[in-house]
Amino acid sequence: MAPLNYYLVLSAVIFAIGVAGVIVRRNVIVILMSVELMLNAVNLTFLAFARSFGSMDGQVIVFFVMTVAAAEAVVGLAIIIALFRHRRSLDPREMQLLKW
Amino acid sequence: MTLLRYIPLFPLAGALLNVFVGRWLGRRAAGLLACAAVGLSFVVSFAIFSLLRATEVLREPLFTWMEVAPLKIEIAFQADALTAVMLLIITGIGLLIHIYSLGYMGHDEGMVRYFAYLNLFIFFMSLLVLADNLLLLFVGWEGVGLCSYLLIGFWYQDHANAIAGNKAFIVNRIGDFGFLLGMLLLFWEMGRQGVWSLSVSELQNITHLLRPERVRLITLLLFIGAAGKSAQIPLYVWLPDAMQGPTPVSALIHAATMVTAGVYMTARLSFLFSMTPETLALIAWIGGLTAFFAATIAVAQNDIKRVLAYSTVSQLGYMFLAVGVGAFSVAIFHLFTHAFFKACLFLSSGSVIHALGGEQDMRKMGGLRRYLPTTYTTYLVATLAISGFPLTAGFFSKDQILWAVHSSPAGSTSLWTLAWLTAGLTAFYMFRQFFLVFHGKCRVDEPALAHIHESPPVMRVPLVLLALGSIFAGWLATPEFMWGSLWEGWLEPVFSAGGVANHAASEDEILFMGVTLAISAFGFLLAFLFRSPENKIAEWLSRSAICRLLAGKYYIDELYDFFFVRPFTASARWLAQICDPGLIDGLVNGVAERVRGGSLLGRQLQSGNVQHYLFAFLAGALALLAYFLGR
Repeated sequence: MAPLNYYLVLSAVIFAIGVAGVIVRRNVIVILMSVELMLNAVNLTFLAFARSFGSMDGQVIVFFVMTVAAAEAVVGLAIIIALFRHRRSLDPREMQLLKW
Repeated sequence: MTLLRYIPLFPLAGALLNVFVGRWLGRRAAGLLACAAVGLSFVVSFAIFSLLRATEVLREPLFTWMEVAPLKIEIAFQADALTAVMLLIITGIGLLIHIYSLGYMGHDEGMVRYFAYLNLFIFFMSLLVLADNLLLLFVGWEGVGLCSYLLIGFWYQDHANAIAGNKAFIVNRIGDFGFLLGMLLLFWEMGRQGVWSLSVSELQNITHLLRPERVRLITLLLFIGAAGKSAQIPLYVWLPDAMQGPTPVSALIHAATMVTAGVYMTARLSFLFSMTPETLALIAWIGGLTAFFAATIAVAQNDIKRVLAYSTVSQLGYMFLAVGVGAFSVAIFHLFTHAFFKACLFLSSGSVIHALGGEQDMRKMGGLRRYLPTTYTTYLVATLAISGFPLTAGFFSKDQILWAVHSSPAGSTSLWTLAWLTAGLTAFYMFRQFFLVFHGKCRVDEPALAHIHESPPVMRVPLVLLALGSIFAGWLATPEFMWGSLWEGWLEPVFSAGGVANHAASEDEILFMGVTLAISAFGFLLAFLFRSPENKIAEWLSRSAICRLLAGKYYIDELYDFFFVRPFTASARWLAQICDPGLIDGLVNGVAERVRGGSLLGRQLQSGNVQHYLFAFLAGALALLAYFLGR
């Protein structure tokens, strides 16, 4: 079995990619996907620790995270569709009316 | 006995009904309703008048208005002989004026509104005379001011009428301010003695505890209020303009209500005024001067109602002259008789104006005797009464004033001379008017002449009743050598504090009567000689400088305009156009501007872009992480 550190580094890389995606991408759907990426990176960390320590706690938490992620994806996509209907655009830079 | 409350209640109910459901009643029913309300009030007033024993004071508390620790102000009514007499004048003459208005205002669009105001006027006036404490009296006092404003500006579509209403209200407010200050000072002074009340009866009990110099100031301030309401120098200017309203309103304001309030108030507080000879002397002089001054103005006026208006100012001057020499009951007596003949004069002039379709200029009248026989008779009777023709009402009351001025220790020869000259002027200007309107050549314009008509019975009956009153009202108080005075005995207890009542030598009184009659007759004679406008001397006189000065009312209005109105409006304009936008707005806007400038930098942070926020969030999280890791 590969050492624990490999898994941790991989998930850190995936998480960083997700963060970068959320911050720099210009499409709300891609941003949502990047958020999923971040969640899954964390899931990977949980699983890696669970395997290496032989505990079930990490596995259970991952199930919870997946459930929440599914719900989040549904709500997020619904919001995106509603947004698109209103604005005919998915660029987050155009959605900045709630300032001041 | 709980009758008193009904006197103000009926007119109030009438006014409210007319305000809220009057428009569905129709004009005729609204008018009848108003008449019925005042009629019921009159019946109750008469019942109280006949039930009241001379020394008795009815008191009727309704409820507590306010109670603050030791101070307790009640809504309470009281009635003594003085109140009863005032109530009879207010509701009696008021009723006749209401009935007359049925005819006079019959064609007017706003008749329902008119009668609502009229009833409200009676309500406030009866409240004023019934009030047990000064605060409630003040409510009525302000109320009649409001109603006079509403009624003077009744035909508000005409700008001049609205202006006249404003003028009446503002000038009255100046007086009211004096009254209010006097009342508060009195309250304070009574509080010093531990009496936290404004009740007149309680005040009466502790007058001896008040400091004289304070009482002097209080009475002075109260008199300013009275001068405003009762049109004395220097606040008389509103009354002549008050005739802009419908003519019955002028009758109501000039005879039964409003202007009598000031005289009533000084009479009600006679015990206070009697304490200060200085104030009384001032009142006497103001009264005497007003009487003379207004009479001279009346001589040169050409508007039928304006002559009468100045005559009211002059007669009110007489009343204050009587008050000033301590003859309170005489003042109220003149108020009583004056109510009859002045109401009669105004309503008769209304009848003339009505017949001529709105014409008020006496130069365009003349010879109306043939067309308006009833009005002619009533006008003649009332003119005789106001001029002091023997055995008419005005004869007795005016004579008593002159006699009081002569015989009272507070009176003086110069005051008497002033009043005596005024008597002559009164006869002159009244008969000048009478001849101009009813005698001589008819100078009425053609179109008006075509439909000239005597007034309907609903207007003639009040005229005749008032004319009868103008004769017989005076018989209540005759000199000693005739059948004496019911009046003095009736009002004596009210003014026991400072009555004049010294009927010394009745031969002197007869002599004085003769002297007064002589000057009145002289005035009449002059008026008779100058009766025709084509008379050479009269024409020459009317072009003289003095006559122009009189016709211009001594240019007092212009003086007031120059010294008070213009500086006031100019400063108001300066405040509104320079001070307010520059200073006030500048301060407020300046503060806002600085705040806005200061926050310009901070608000750049809020771009509204979610990704910027997320980046800041990430940076923060990383910084925290670095901090905790590096520790």
